[in-house]
Amino acid sequence: MTSSVKELLIILISSSLVSNVVLSQFLGLCPFLGVSKKTNTAAGMGTAVIFVITLASAVSGIIYKYILQKFHVEYLQTIVFILVIAALVQFVEMFLRKAIPSLYEALGVYLPLITTNCAVLGVALTNVQKEYGILAGIVNGFATAVGFTISIIILAGLREKMEHNDFPESFKGMPAVLLTAGLMAIAFCGFSGLL
Amino acid sequence: MNKAGERLYNGLIKENPTFVLMLGMCPTLAVTTSAMNGLGMGATTAVVLAMSNLIISLLRKLIPGKVRIPAFIVIIASFVTVLQLLLEALLPELNKALGVYIPLIVVNCIILGRAESYAYLSPPIPSLFDGIGMGLGFTFALTCIGAVRELLGTGAVFGYSIMPHSFTPIGIFVLAPGAFFVLAALTAFQNFLKITGAKAGKDVSKIQSGCSEDCMNCGEKGCSRRFYDNETNMEIIDLEKEEN
Repeated sequence: MTSSVKELLIILISSSLVSNVVLSQFLGLCPFLGVSKKTNTAAGMGTAVIFVITLASAVSGIIYKYILQKFHVEYLQTIVFILVIAALVQFVEMFLRKAIPSLYEALGVYLPLITTNCAVLGVALTNVQKEYGILAGIVNGFATAVGFTISIIILAGLREKMEHNDFPESFKGMPAVLLTAGLMAIAFCGFSGLL
Repeated sequence: MNKAGERLYNGLIKENPTFVLMLGMCPTLAVTTSAMNGLGMGATTAVVLAMSNLIISLLRKLIPGKVRIPAFIVIIASFVTVLQLLLEALLPELNKALGVYIPLIVVNCIILGRAESYAYLSPPIPSLFDGIGMGLGFTFALTCIGAVRELLGTGAVFGYSIMPHSFTPIGIFVLAPGAFFVLAALTAFQNFLKITGAKAGKDVSKIQSGCSEDCMNCGEKGCSRRFYDNETNMEIIDLEKEEN
């Protein structure tokens, strides 16, 4: 199943902007709301997510095609994917700590937080559901993670701006952030005319 | 059987996973576009929760502490797969509407959280009822949120039109942004209760605002152990290690 460049481009745009993983699919909400206080930590989290999701969609795509499909046990996908992803993140963490300490310094603290991030599993399952090939799956994973990074950095920027604003007592903290996210979601609805 | 009743009450009201503990927000926002979808998602989660609680509680003496999280995940994922196949066969329409969120029940932190904080430590019968109670609480909350969104967005509940003709549906409430607004209103109400409760001197420590501070609990440690420090922004303290 080879995909043309045009198809890949469409996947790239639709997964990163049109159906944004956080703002229209609600996957990965926890880090989106929890790690978006400062732009630099948000960027760190975004980078780690791009790294992990791209890798995870490659590995899960290969496993699905060459193991699950070959032995006709596609129904095991949920169990296999979640275990593979959890193991993969642990492995990446150990590998980075040994091999590239500087990258580990930058991303290390975020990696354990991504293990059961629903976005990672969500991408792996979407790839199967939409019958993407391995390459298309990797592109979809990368684009989804880029969409996540874009939205978390924008949210962090907005939160830095509104930190000292005057809100009603009950709306301080999470409600204000959720309202901001809602307005961002409206803005991202505008991308739906793009394709 | 008093214990069972107490667990049911605890899950439905006292520690309602959505309204009080604010757990499992991803499916809460994603599938509550209508009351029916909320009910279906809630019921599916409730079955998985009850069954996995029961099995984990039965196996709690056999599962070594160090590998308990992977063991929980395998048990939960097995039940999710069973449920998914059942839905595909019996309720294909609901399965289609809920789509990828059915397999994603695996990473719903309510389930892992209950396994870790209750089922792994308690005998089977209370664990089963704890799962049923929490599951019913979740179902109740999702149905409520779904009904509110459906009512505002389309003027109907469970597909029955109940608003007068002069009512113009606010379409945005069934779209993605509406979910954020409904949740914002909900957390604001919670904050309000917390503030007035604290002024009246009540214990409000049970009320949590989900992802505000300690959402990182949803990581691989389940909902009770991991703590992400927002002040230093860089420090993850493993509470378990500190205890040892």
